[in-house]
Amino acid sequence: MDSTHQEPALIPYRVYVLVWAALVVLTGLTVSAHYADMGHVAILTAILIATLKVTLVMLYFMHLRFASPVLIAMVLFVLLSYTIFLSLTFTDYIAR
Amino acid sequence: MATHSVALDTDSRADYLHATKGLASWLTTTDHKRIGIMYLIMIVAFFFFGATMGILMRLELFSPGQQFLSNGAYNRVLTLHGITMIFLFIIPSIPAVFGNFFLPIMVGANDVAFPRVNLVSWYCYAIGGLFAIISVGLGGPDTGWTFYVPYTATTNANVLIPILAAFILGWSSILTGLNFIVTVHRLRAPGMWWTRLPLFVWGHYATAWIQIVATPVIGITLLLVLMERFLHIPIFDPAVGGDPILYQHLFWIYSHPAVYIMVLPAMGVVSEIIPVFSRKTIFGYKFIAASSMAIATIGSLVWAHHMFTAGMADLARVVFSLLTFLVAIPSGIKILNWLATMYKGSIYLRVPMLYSLAFIFLFSIGGLTGLIQGALATDVHIHDTSFVVAHFHYTMFGGTGVMFFGALHYWFPKMFGRMYNRVVATIGFSTFFIGFNVLYFPLFLAGMHGMPRRYADYLPEYTIYHRISTIGSWIVVASLLVVVGNLVYAYFRGRKASVNPWGAATLEWTVPSPPPTHQFPKPITVTHGPYDYSQIKDWHE
Amino acid sequence: MSEPVTSTNDLEHVQPAAHPVVPYDPVANQIGMWLFLFTEFVLFGILFICFAVYLYEYKWQFEKGSGELNVAFGTINTLILLTSSLTVALAIAAMERSRKSLCVNLLTITVILAMAFFMIKSYEWGMKFEHGIYPGSTHLLEDFTKGENVFFGLYFTMTGLHGLHVLIGVTLLLFVRHKIQRDQVTPARISLLENSGLYWHLVDLIWIFLFPLFYLIS
Repeated sequence: MDSTHQEPALIPYRVYVLVWAALVVLTGLTVSAHYADMGHVAILTAILIATLKVTLVMLYFMHLRFASPVLIAMVLFVLLSYTIFLSLTFTDYIAR
Repeated sequence: MATHSVALDTDSRADYLHATKGLASWLTTTDHKRIGIMYLIMIVAFFFFGATMGILMRLELFSPGQQFLSNGAYNRVLTLHGITMIFLFIIPSIPAVFGNFFLPIMVGANDVAFPRVNLVSWYCYAIGGLFAIISVGLGGPDTGWTFYVPYTATTNANVLIPILAAFILGWSSILTGLNFIVTVHRLRAPGMWWTRLPLFVWGHYATAWIQIVATPVIGITLLLVLMERFLHIPIFDPAVGGDPILYQHLFWIYSHPAVYIMVLPAMGVVSEIIPVFSRKTIFGYKFIAASSMAIATIGSLVWAHHMFTAGMADLARVVFSLLTFLVAIPSGIKILNWLATMYKGSIYLRVPMLYSLAFIFLFSIGGLTGLIQGALATDVHIHDTSFVVAHFHYTMFGGTGVMFFGALHYWFPKMFGRMYNRVVATIGFSTFFIGFNVLYFPLFLAGMHGMPRRYADYLPEYTIYHRISTIGSWIVVASLLVVVGNLVYAYFRGRKASVNPWGAATLEWTVPSPPPTHQFPKPITVTHGPYDYSQIKDWHE
Repeated sequence: MSEPVTSTNDLEHVQPAAHPVVPYDPVANQIGMWLFLFTEFVLFGILFICFAVYLYEYKWQFEKGSGELNVAFGTINTLILLTSSLTVALAIAAMERSRKSLCVNLLTITVILAMAFFMIKSYEWGMKFEHGIYPGSTHLLEDFTKGENVFFGLYFTMTGLHGLHVLIGVTLLLFVRHKIQRDQVTPARISLLENSGLYWHLVDLIWIFLFPLFYLIS
């Protein structure tokens, strides 16, 4: 049977505030990276920082850090599927 | 054996059909069984509407030259045929009717996880169907069910209403899938381990994931088409910088997995019927369950095989051709396991078994001809010919369509508490099977000789193929009228059915025929697998 | 022997405590909500695929189009949404601790932040319209390259759809807030609040990718 949704103890308020602070810092980072001339790496950097922010939101605000393995597997499965859709579509565009 | 005793025929006033009376009690029901019946009525009705469109097409194609449909009218008829059959018949058919009715019972639950969401999904279906009917009144789209741009963004025919219909119907599909996934995860009765689930349930579980992941793709893609058409937002139109092939990618990212939404439930039904009528447990249970998941996964990665001649890069064409070949493997595994189940079994050729055998034969032909299209070199030759038309009718109609009727004949006694006339049903089936091959096999040959698809007219050398095919279409429709008529008659006048007329071992055959509103008044515990016939005694047809 | 079927009506008349046809199951509600979120992921994900394909095809035109957008507004909006995610997460934490009025207040702040986001976004759109940049405008067609046309087409589509989800989220949060005030959402029956929070975080997630891709690639 599936394990039930067990949050350990209640998550302290400060965890959320710390995550928020990290997100703000990362936002500042991505905006400054925009003003620093990074050439080809610019878009990649922006995407990497955004991915990091999204991961933080999903793990802590959306409680995936404390979710059952079943739910985590579902999320990973969907993200993987999407990545494959994107990659396979590009097999057309990069080789035209 | 389930711990609650096998119920005898209860007071018919207490079963789910008669528990409450009046149209309002049906339109506000959250009983999964009633919702299944409401779907059944509409789905069969839309099937015959779509079949009528097909008959009209085949009449026009009886001879070269125009018979009674202009080219433009023919395009509208074929578009309606595709939209109706795909979105209103095949995709919902087995999950919405039999999935809704039996999946909860098969896992030992009293309903799906979200009964009200289930009702919402039916309303989405009904409203989508209504929009489709309205679009007929407005003349109907002429774009093909595939809505390719830029034509769809510029045609004078009405596309707004049918596209909205498809969008709303997509939500019906998504909500059904969502409900099934949560039901299987959370509502299994004690003892109903994942490895004891009927393969029907595994098939619907795999299907549900495709419904969740793939359906939104067509939702947003159709929305983008509407934005391009009405708001002049450049997305796909090459004149303003768009790429029409991108539309095709997005369209087929849903529409190819959609065919697995169509066929996986049908394969689930076959996996139920064959062991029962071979009196032998299924061969390779885990392989069949895993193959359902594999088909869902790999099948989501092959979409661009619909676009081999559209202008894609060679790299893409090779990658997708390879993946297309891979997806045939798990389907082959299923077929081998079904045959191995029958081997040395004790075969009862009852009507559900006939349909299942027909499925194996017809779907195999369909699947093998799919491989011919999956190979780049041969696809160039037969793309956009009637070869493709024959291929997808063998798989979708000869596959899922056949098993929709097969499932009806298998579960009819349980759903309605009556038995149908077996002789009439067998005659209907046999005539249908012959008519089906007369209708579609010539189209393979015509296509190989170059007959294009979606053409209202053709050169005289193709006449013989079309004549035979059209006659086949009359046989098919006539036989299906007999099949459905026989069932309708049985609903009113059939003899009472027993609890377990087929001697099956899944949970739905332990509850009354027809079941009460709450099939498990007391919680049950499952103690044996779904194909363990050693536990099944005292059954009679 | 079979039990006489006492209930002759549909589910509404079944007492949940005695005969729960489908008992209250927060885990089921959570999984169900995530499944719905997956459809939203895919929906916006496809739009991002369109963006990626056209960015690949029209790189410098996209960079030029991006230059037309106001980074300050985009950054402020990003911070607003991140903070609103914080407040809704805190609201759920408050409810878990039975701090009902704290929860309600945090939800109110979340809604205010959301409306602020929406107003700034509308103002940005207004500015574009005033400069003749809107879907199908002659200015766009005649004075901008095809790639820039596609960029702005995607800009309006994606931020527009996102904005629609902001409005839906606001409606949902107000509805939940109302339910909380009437004690119909409690620590024991918390799914509606948790799931609304998940929806709101989704709105935030989408923007986290929208912001750099539209505003920061010049």
